[in-house]
Amino acid sequence: MLKEYLTVSSIAGPLVLVKNIEEVKYGELAEIESITGEIRRGRVLEVSSDVALVQLFEESRGLDIFKSKVRFLGKGIELGVSPDMLGRIFDGLGKPIDASPRPISEKYIDVNGSPINPFARDYPDEFIQTGISAIDGMNPIVRGQKLPIFSGTGLPHNRLAAQIARQSRVLPGTTPKGGGVQEKFGVVFGAMGITFEEASFFISQFRETGAIERAVLFINLADDPAIERIATPRLALTTAEYFAFEKNMHILVILTDMTNYAEALREVSAARKEIPGRRGYPGYLYTDLATMYERAGRIKGKTGSITQIPVLTMPEDDKTHPIPDLTGYITEGQIILSRELQRRGIYPPIDVMPSLSRLKDKGIGPDKTREDHADLLNQLFACYARGREAKELAVILGEESLSEMDKVYLKFSDSFEEKFIQQAEFEKRDVLETLDLGWKLLSAFPASELSRVHEEYIQKYLKK
Amino acid sequence: MKEGRIIKVSGPLVVADKMEGAKMYDVVRVGIPRLIGEIIELRADHASIQVYEETTGIGPGEPVFLTDEPLCVELGPGLIGSIYDGIQRPLDILREKTGDYIVRGVEADALNRKKKWEFKSKAKKNEKIGQGDILGEVQETSVVTHRVLLPPGIEGVVEEISDGKFSVDDVIAKVRLKNGGRENITMVQRWPVRKDRPCKEKISPVVPLVTGQRVIDTFFPVTKGGVACIPGPFGSGKTVVLHEIAKWADADIIVYVGCGERGNEMTDVLIEFPKLCDPRTGKSLMERSILIANTSNMPVAAREASVYTGITLAEYYRDMGYDVALMADSTSRWAEALREISGRLEEMPGEEGYPAYLGMRVAQFYERAGRVVTLGKLQNPSNDGKTGSLSVVGAVSPPGGDLSDAVVQATLRVVKVFWSLEDKLAYKRHFPAINWLSSYSLYLDNIKDFLKTEIGEDFLELRNMAMKILQEEDKLLEIARLVGIESLSIENRLTLEIARSLREDFLHQNAFDPIDVHSSLLKQYKMLKLIINFYHDSLEKLKAGGALDEILTSPIRDKLRKSKFLSENEI
Repeated sequence: MLKEYLTVSSIAGPLVLVKNIEEVKYGELAEIESITGEIRRGRVLEVSSDVALVQLFEESRGLDIFKSKVRFLGKGIELGVSPDMLGRIFDGLGKPIDASPRPISEKYIDVNGSPINPFARDYPDEFIQTGISAIDGMNPIVRGQKLPIFSGTGLPHNRLAAQIARQSRVLPGTTPKGGGVQEKFGVVFGAMGITFEEASFFISQFRETGAIERAVLFINLADDPAIERIATPRLALTTAEYFAFEKNMHILVILTDMTNYAEALREVSAARKEIPGRRGYPGYLYTDLATMYERAGRIKGKTGSITQIPVLTMPEDDKTHPIPDLTGYITEGQIILSRELQRRGIYPPIDVMPSLSRLKDKGIGPDKTREDHADLLNQLFACYARGREAKELAVILGEESLSEMDKVYLKFSDSFEEKFIQQAEFEKRDVLETLDLGWKLLSAFPASELSRVHEEYIQKYLKK
Repeated sequence: MKEGRIIKVSGPLVVADKMEGAKMYDVVRVGIPRLIGEIIELRADHASIQVYEETTGIGPGEPVFLTDEPLCVELGPGLIGSIYDGIQRPLDILREKTGDYIVRGVEADALNRKKKWEFKSKAKKNEKIGQGDILGEVQETSVVTHRVLLPPGIEGVVEEISDGKFSVDDVIAKVRLKNGGRENITMVQRWPVRKDRPCKEKISPVVPLVTGQRVIDTFFPVTKGGVACIPGPFGSGKTVVLHEIAKWADADIIVYVGCGERGNEMTDVLIEFPKLCDPRTGKSLMERSILIANTSNMPVAAREASVYTGITLAEYYRDMGYDVALMADSTSRWAEALREISGRLEEMPGEEGYPAYLGMRVAQFYERAGRVVTLGKLQNPSNDGKTGSLSVVGAVSPPGGDLSDAVVQATLRVVKVFWSLEDKLAYKRHFPAINWLSSYSLYLDNIKDFLKTEIGEDFLELRNMAMKILQEEDKLLEIARLVGIESLSIENRLTLEIARSLREDFLHQNAFDPIDVHSSLLKQYKMLKLIINFYHDSLEKLKAGGALDEILTSPIRDKLRKSKFLSENEI
């Protein structure tokens, strides 16, 4: 029989202080029962000899000091997992919201996970074809990578994320690490504080393409309690780990929107009166984000993998804001969306220059995509960068004042944006098609300008 | 064993009472799972403890055991080729013990206790021997000869010493001390990580640490025993630069500390190093490397300890007379760990929430680098026999790439080399993205003589000339931006072209091309000479009335462009 405490001494925001406690452990799960019998869950955030500070995962509305009962459950926060979770929709705390009963759990797993031993990790090097040239050609993703989308309000990051989820696959003809056994794919979707419309967009996308059969959705809407959002991504990742490393599936995790998550964390930190770091976010934001992002990856000897695509909206499109900044320091690159491209009607509005995929080098090349891929993408980057510089110059001095060569670069950068980056939302471009398109655009230059490409590839691929 | 009692748990910080007799920075074992922790504050009989493992499930009332010893590392043969966490637990052994995830409360010996090493004695019986003197040697890996030295603080006469196969715990020698006592010497010694290992004296470094990266070696060199820092925003290539240095630097031993960084990056090192060949020895790079991995999701307090663990191991090899290079990626994460613990201690914050002692800690860390005369009388044929060096390269990750960040500023006050990474260069895929205008090195004077005698009489002049051209380019581009490129004189346009060649053909280096990945100093010299000579020749031709376009299309330009893909003899 668990002890029940009636000794709540204060409730402030999401924090509940319980006095005269015994044998309470740090990080333990607590249940708080209100007078009406409703049960809320929380976690012990700090414990001293006779006082425990509990952080609620749900709203504190309706709780009172004198009649609320608190029980400490003697375990961390756990999620019941089972294969039947596929195809289901849950709320931000893991309760089903799709009118079906709760699946019977095969086992319970601590949602906080444990760090993967770096020695046990396997290096991600299997190319994923998303069918999007700006990604496949310029910043390719590999299985087991964590690659966030840095976006801004009003930009089509959700459409892009859905397109990636819909189109991603491994190239046929390459031998996967599992040795070619029937590969199983899945999507785990964690939504924190997104609007009803955004959520229903994703759900209908998954339904229409049939992807829902192999997807698990955790949805915390904008009007759900903010504090729930702290648990949501952890539930999603725990589910992903279960399917990836116990059920040998290749899991794509989409987390949107991390900005809302970080704000919920800030709320708790402020309620605790902690010394704030930059912009009021707690000093441990980096560590906290890392404990989630680092749950992507591959493990030696296991066939499954977790690829993470977190989405975050940069406040005021500012890349140096703490959330994108700290995220960028943890993740293996980033895909940045540009408002300028969006205004010009280019979809997907991916700004390839500041975008980066750190793991691309081992995922491309002969046997993976094609031998010339690395050189080609370096050359495209260099030419596009110079073209953009020329464009800036043209704005100041007028196009006439550019040198002949700069004019070629300027023209190149425009056609690169319009032909290479731009594509339709339902267009799936094969990676070889993307590479050929790159060479076609490069044919605007004399071979002597292409210093980043090995001579042999120029001979082989550059068509005049 | 004495024990106290936990009265408070808040994340990695645990407070215990009844801790009489505890000393600052002593190691304690916390709670029933006996987690490893370190005392960082004492008030009466209350001790604040930073715990190196996850504290979930620990609560008030549980015991805290005192060990009466500071945080130590084990030093001895078997370190090379290992991968440790922040407090020197071998990650490969942990995996064998507990599986793919890191579980707390696990203990593992840092050094393999069962392995037998072939010990060859060098000291003789009845020989007088002092601290740091060589007792014998063990072939640790195919490239590293481990010199077994008499630990600091011991002096006496060798009473017994024997050759043969020993494990690290076996007694290899007995030394009669001055006071008549006797000391049994094994191959393993313990050393507190926060205390620097002693040396006879520090001397100023005069030999460059050749990293194989042209922008570093030619323009902003670091010395053997020097300190450098490399700040930059995310995506500017800090880690790639550190990896390249760890791979190609001409140091004898590499210690790579991954402090609060990405797990996959450490995996990359782990998978790649054994496959790569050291160009000097022809052997695998892992044969000279030690890795310390405390990734961002591993406990914060152990992250704080990891840089000290790393530098203590590095000092140990320095004492054997080796040139050691340590990479710390990233010191910002270390500073953030300090900040987190300081915040939980409710200390008054300094700048940006960092503790007021941040600057001092940073300085203390970097000051452990240097070129030293070692304690003992050593016979090291590769140098004059008495010196060793420890070079430190630290990455800094300032928020938003802002160099006014407290950690960057504290670091710049102590380091002598500043490699300024710029995201604009990285966007153009100009790697290494080290800005040649804002970076600096204060070691150019130190290594002047070395470059003159070993590489080329005019190396420094060429370097300064190239630097001048690059600075000139910056000015000229500014003018061109305002009034158009036609308004520049023909000489100026030549300067622009040469500067472009310097950037594209010399500074830009492809880390994924098998030849371009590292350049010997001689190759760098030859390449630079080629470009500067071309400049002088062209300038003369211009003066004689030659046309610029003609000069620029001359076949020599093609040679410049291709020279980076050629070996040093082919240029």
